[in-house]
Amino acid sequence: MSFSAFFYDKRLRSVLFQALLVLSIAFGFFWLIENTVSNLSEQGKSVGFSFLSQTAGFQISSTLGTWLMQYEVGRSTYLDVYFIGIINTFVVAVLGILAAAFLGFSIGIMRLSNNLVIRGFATLYVEMLRNIPLLLQLFFWYFAVLRSLPSRREQTELFSSVAGINITGLYLPAPIAQSGFMIVILVFIMAIIGAVMLSKWATKRQYKTGRTFPAFWAGLGLILGTPLVAFLALGSPLDWSFPEFKDTGPLLRRGFQSGTGMVIVPELIAVWLALSLYTAAFIAEIVRAGILAVAKGQTEASYSLGLRPGITLRLIVIPQALRVIIPPLTSQFLNLTKNSSLAVAIAYPELVSIFAGTALNQVGKEIEMIAMMMTVYLTFSLLTAAFMNWFNARVKLVER
Amino acid sequence: MSNNLVIGIGALVVGGVVGYFAGAGNEKIVEVEKVVEVEKQQTATLDSVKSKGFVQCGVSQGLPGFSNSDDTGKWTGIDVDVCRAVAAAVFGDSSKVKFTPLSAKQRFTALASGEIDVLSRNTTWTMTRDTQLGLNFAGVNYYDGQGMMVPKSLGAKSAMELDGANICTNTGTTTELNITDFFRSNGMKFNLVAFEKADEVVAAYDAGRCDVYTTDRSGLAAQRTKLTNPDDHMVLPEIISKEPLGPVVRQGDDQWFNIVRWSLRAMINAEEMGITSANAKSKVNDNNPAIKRLLGSEGNFGAELGLSNDWALNILSQVGNYGESYETHVGPNTPLKLDRGVNELWSKGGILYAAPIR
Repeated sequence: MSFSAFFYDKRLRSVLFQALLVLSIAFGFFWLIENTVSNLSEQGKSVGFSFLSQTAGFQISSTLGTWLMQYEVGRSTYLDVYFIGIINTFVVAVLGILAAAFLGFSIGIMRLSNNLVIRGFATLYVEMLRNIPLLLQLFFWYFAVLRSLPSRREQTELFSSVAGINITGLYLPAPIAQSGFMIVILVFIMAIIGAVMLSKWATKRQYKTGRTFPAFWAGLGLILGTPLVAFLALGSPLDWSFPEFKDTGPLLRRGFQSGTGMVIVPELIAVWLALSLYTAAFIAEIVRAGILAVAKGQTEASYSLGLRPGITLRLIVIPQALRVIIPPLTSQFLNLTKNSSLAVAIAYPELVSIFAGTALNQVGKEIEMIAMMMTVYLTFSLLTAAFMNWFNARVKLVER
Repeated sequence: MSNNLVIGIGALVVGGVVGYFAGAGNEKIVEVEKVVEVEKQQTATLDSVKSKGFVQCGVSQGLPGFSNSDDTGKWTGIDVDVCRAVAAAVFGDSSKVKFTPLSAKQRFTALASGEIDVLSRNTTWTMTRDTQLGLNFAGVNYYDGQGMMVPKSLGAKSAMELDGANICTNTGTTTELNITDFFRSNGMKFNLVAFEKADEVVAAYDAGRCDVYTTDRSGLAAQRTKLTNPDDHMVLPEIISKEPLGPVVRQGDDQWFNIVRWSLRAMINAEEMGITSANAKSKVNDNNPAIKRLLGSEGNFGAELGLSNDWALNILSQVGNYGESYETHVGPNTPLKLDRGVNELWSKGGILYAAPIR
């Protein structure tokens, strides 16, 4: 076969160029990595993850992360710091998503209200919050929270002195599990499985016989009731550590005593407030759009069939609105997770703050550490997206 | 895939590969040129300064007391005075200096590349910087250290009373490590609230989030002026880290290194001898031979540096001695209100000790 015949063979040629393309991309990546490694070694820097087993020599503000990882300076490693960052980011993301979704749905429905005051309030809320940069809102809530709380040596008692709050945080009783508490948790998990099976059985029976069964209430009773019975039967295997407050003695010793109860730091409260309020404004608009997207004829048809307004909303309007709401809602949840990295500005010890900030400064492994951090955000986002896609597949239009 | 597209991509790939190798060759040539350039600079900082007619001095982007520009663009501070002293030594005119404001990240690159002749920007002298960056520290003009500020109402007289305290600081430096080490080594507990930027640390501390604010003591003094009631706060006596700050020059130009080093030493020696900007000219014919040597009326010390013999006289009459510079910019009568502390002369209980001129 001559060269020209080879060159003009359509199939061979396309295979050749695709192979070339793949090779050049592979070469590009190789060059990038090779170049980075050689540049780093020129600066006397090594590449690798061995730093993760080094002990971290700095203190971290006490949060859920430090509590779960049993953080202790001089014993805990940079890997522990990484996990603390992940846990603290996760806490903000989950709390924020729950609050933003609840608030966003409420405000969205309020924007469609016939009452002028309610509608006006919702409009004002949406237009104000979504048009102010998030970082400014974060500072506003943080300093608003700080300035409105009593000082460190005073407190505002909550729930008849079981809990208290001041500028260093919200102090709550901390549960301490005793032996046997695992059984209660096991019973709780089994009750949830039982409730799901009950609901499936009820649906099946309704399809078959037309008879309804109060599956929701029965399930709720199962989930709450059985663990409670188990808890009491085992003799309440749970102790509480109550926050201890001293207002006498040396000035420095006054205030909430460390090591008693559990504390929610004001930084977390501020981040949570700012992220949920900001994201709720966007979700409200998405919800409003979703409800308006359901044609009015659907409601009218439902009424003319004799269905009551509550059932119409639950079975006709919301399922159709959800199809429009879910995809953009997913984006908002992802945004909220990523925006949580702004918390570094107000000292909440999340991933960017302690791992890409303090730890990076001590270790200096920029590439490895930033890559580890990106992996976390990517994983969070992909998991959220996967869940929302599953949910979307459930509610979307079933085509026959 | 259309044929044209395939051919186009193929051409791109081939071009990219060829370009890469061609580019790699060019880079080497550029590197060689850079080395030559740097060598040239290294041998002739004094000559290049003399030929351009001014000293190019790297300073901070605004740190009150150290290097700060006022609303007319005039730079002041103890770091700025070092630059002016070098200009006075070289040109006999302390105004022949230009300033380049630099961030912490830019400073060493600016010096190594020859953009500036001397870096006088509250830079801590550490072994890594001295040995790995191709730079030399010409001395120390301020002995700083990490300290702690507390509200006076707390009643604490010493950092040893701070067990269980909430401490605010900013991330990104060694402050977090130093404070953790201090509390650990003294068996005390504390809670650290670390912000990204200094402005938020000040605001949170002012709001009462923390009992303690920790950073370098000079930084504490400067930030205290931003608090609602600066007089309600005090800096504790403990110093938990060593931060010697001083001017930096490029490695490999000993003549220029000596000029900067001895300009600073002349200011310190002058304070010890009681020579001020007011009396410098009248002290030229003093009976003390040490003063005569410093002011150039005896010996040939200026010429040995490659300067005129009245180099130190020019520094002292135009800029003043170290003590004057300190009192004007950071001393107790300035907003910073920093006591001399360790920055006092060795003969008065401090650690400032300049080698003699003889």
